[in-house]
Amino acid sequence: MTVAAERQAAQEQVKTMTMVAAVNDALRVALERDDKVMLFGEDVGMGGVFRASDNLQNLFGEERVFNTPLSEAGIMGLAVGLGIAGEKPIAELQFAGFIYPALEQINAQIGRYRQRTQGNFPLSMVVRAPYGGGIHSPEMHADSPEGLVAAVPGVKIVIPSTPYDAKGLLLAAVDDPDPVFFFESIKLYRSVKGEVPTGHYTVPLGKARIAREGDDCTVLCYGGMVEVCEEAAVAAAAAGVNVEVVDLRSIVPLDFETISESVKKTGRVVIVHEAARRMGFGAELSARIAEELIEYLHAPITRVTGWDAPYPPFTAAEHMYRPDAARVAAGIRKVLDY
Amino acid sequence: MTAALTLPPDPRLEGTLSVLSPSGELLRPDLVPGDEILLKLYTGMRRARVFDDRAMVLQRQGKLGVYPCFGGMEATQVGAALALQDGDWVLPTYRGTALAMMRGMTLAQILLAWRGHPAGYQVDPKLHILPFYIPIANQIPHTAGIALAEKRRGTGLLAMAFIGDGGTSEGDFHVGVNFAGAFCAPAIFVIENNGWAISTPTSVQTAAKNLASRAEGYGMPGIRVDGNDVLAMYHVTLEAAERARRGEGPTLIEAITYRILPHTSSDDPKRYRQETEADAWRGRDPGMRLRAYLESRGMWSEEQEQDVMKGMEAEIKAAMLEADQAAPIEPEALLEHIYAEPLAEMKDQLAEIRALEALK
Ligand SMILES: Cc1ncc(C[n+]2csc(CCOP(=O)(O)OP(=O)(O)O)c2C)c(N)n1
Repeated sequence: MTVAAERQAAQEQVKTMTMVAAVNDALRVALERDDKVMLFGEDVGMGGVFRASDNLQNLFGEERVFNTPLSEAGIMGLAVGLGIAGEKPIAELQFAGFIYPALEQINAQIGRYRQRTQGNFPLSMVVRAPYGGGIHSPEMHADSPEGLVAAVPGVKIVIPSTPYDAKGLLLAAVDDPDPVFFFESIKLYRSVKGEVPTGHYTVPLGKARIAREGDDCTVLCYGGMVEVCEEAAVAAAAAGVNVEVVDLRSIVPLDFETISESVKKTGRVVIVHEAARRMGFGAELSARIAEELIEYLHAPITRVTGWDAPYPPFTAAEHMYRPDAARVAAGIRKVLDY
Repeated sequence: MTAALTLPPDPRLEGTLSVLSPSGELLRPDLVPGDEILLKLYTGMRRARVFDDRAMVLQRQGKLGVYPCFGGMEATQVGAALALQDGDWVLPTYRGTALAMMRGMTLAQILLAWRGHPAGYQVDPKLHILPFYIPIANQIPHTAGIALAEKRRGTGLLAMAFIGDGGTSEGDFHVGVNFAGAFCAPAIFVIENNGWAISTPTSVQTAAKNLASRAEGYGMPGIRVDGNDVLAMYHVTLEAAERARRGEGPTLIEAITYRILPHTSSDDPKRYRQETEADAWRGRDPGMRLRAYLESRGMWSEEQEQDVMKGMEAEIKAAMLEADQAAPIEPEALLEHIYAEPLAEMKDQLAEIRALEALK
């Protein structure tokens, strides 16, 4: 499609979609635009366990949308090989909690490939993985390993929080020349809805979104925590406190400019994520803010995160682990009362 | 029992050992165990099936979390479990509820496990069964390790792991089975080949003609067995166990069975397979098969059947009551048992959770 035709198509229709429908729509557009795009993973052919790839095999055939054997290391390595050979793989890990067998490929190869071939074999590939909790899923099905992947130089990490962003960011990830990990909150898949253009459009990687403006305190969050933080911000507003909620959208690259502007304005920071606190991505954010913006801070930075424990295999205890609006509100109070 | 006679032959079963035909006729009189074992095998399967049926209902009523059902596959687990001795180790997958019952986990505890309650994870170490493994294939290298430990100690005990056909594609499977072979460890690996890994049939999983044939590459016998024939399953496991105890190393068993129910309580198999396939396998029901044989020998009656069913219903009811009385989950559950002694910051976090819970 020409750029003009695409633009027209994009304007043609806007539909209200859930997050998972927006992901599905992005995949459809990506497959339509470029023959090189291939989509694969465990059960992806029949639509995947969350139905993110529903109907795509029917539309594009088994050569381009297919099931793999059950092996995350295999899926990741296959994507590397396809990428090296010039295809455009979009690989799905059925749950982010099953990324661990693939970590060797991610750390030892995906992050390094461009450099170890001095730019001759760049890897343009996307890895999609449902992450995070909130739906009472079994052990390992609620992990948030974004910090682990963020520790690997050479990869990008995108984590959307709205259907519009999910589609636009995923299409940007497909176009991106680098390996992009795209984490999709299992909680948000069906709980949020929004308007999404049915054509092609992109949302640039590395640009944060101010989900809510405020000048008393900055809350930094992404993915499944954005709605939780917005809820806390609404509650705070009722008490006369104006919270700025910054949805990072991608953690690598990080939009430190937006963070910096917000922190300079509010002087108070709460960082929120689902992963365990120790070495979670909040540790990196907190360190960077302390290093570069300490003179603007009126209170110590506070982290509202999972505890220093595995995400509980005990589904009945999930509510005590995953941050909720009350916990975020307590974090906001803490930085304001300092 | 005539329905089974019209069953079309299934190519998956080609070359597998059967002791009883699907309609319960005796094919291998030399492999029939004693009466007491026969009855244990039958009641073990019956009890497991009643539990499975009830668990699916309880899940629908919101009384259990996601539940991985096994109905129709119970012969594989029950036959294998009964061939073991006390003290042997069992490493089940999430689909191993029948194994857990056979190894003596209480029904209340099994219910609590599928309710996501910590008490369900507190398996009595004396039972030598490990909690249900969720990540695919992690248990396979563990099995090699446990078996090696028993070998070093000269106990004559062994370790047996279960895995699905899909699971045999994971690196951990190959690594673990290879290690067990290399160390000549007393281990048994049972591939519970139910034809599907969620929506992926075995044929998409591998180009290998069958999964047992891989055993040669790992340096061990590979045995294919009709997994819906509990007598065949019992026999091959017993042989593998004896081999292991004699110091002759591990065995790979591929049990051919079928998942007639959904993958779990949240799966809809209509999306990816023809239910006629499942119907054919309903005709190979492992319980019906052994029951027909027992009846032909006058060893089982409708009355006995009703006794088992009623007894089991009562047991499940009691187990539900017990499970309902399990202590509510305290914040400690999140941070306990991560280190022998909680770290200083974890104590602070515990205080924080308590304070937050108190606000609710
Ligand atoms: C490492 C890992 N990857 C993915 C999953 C998600 N998952 C759960 S069950 C399953 C299919 C397993 O199929 P199979 O091994 O044949 O066993 P079955 O469920 O049929 O008994 C998948 C992909 C998982 N639990 N662990």
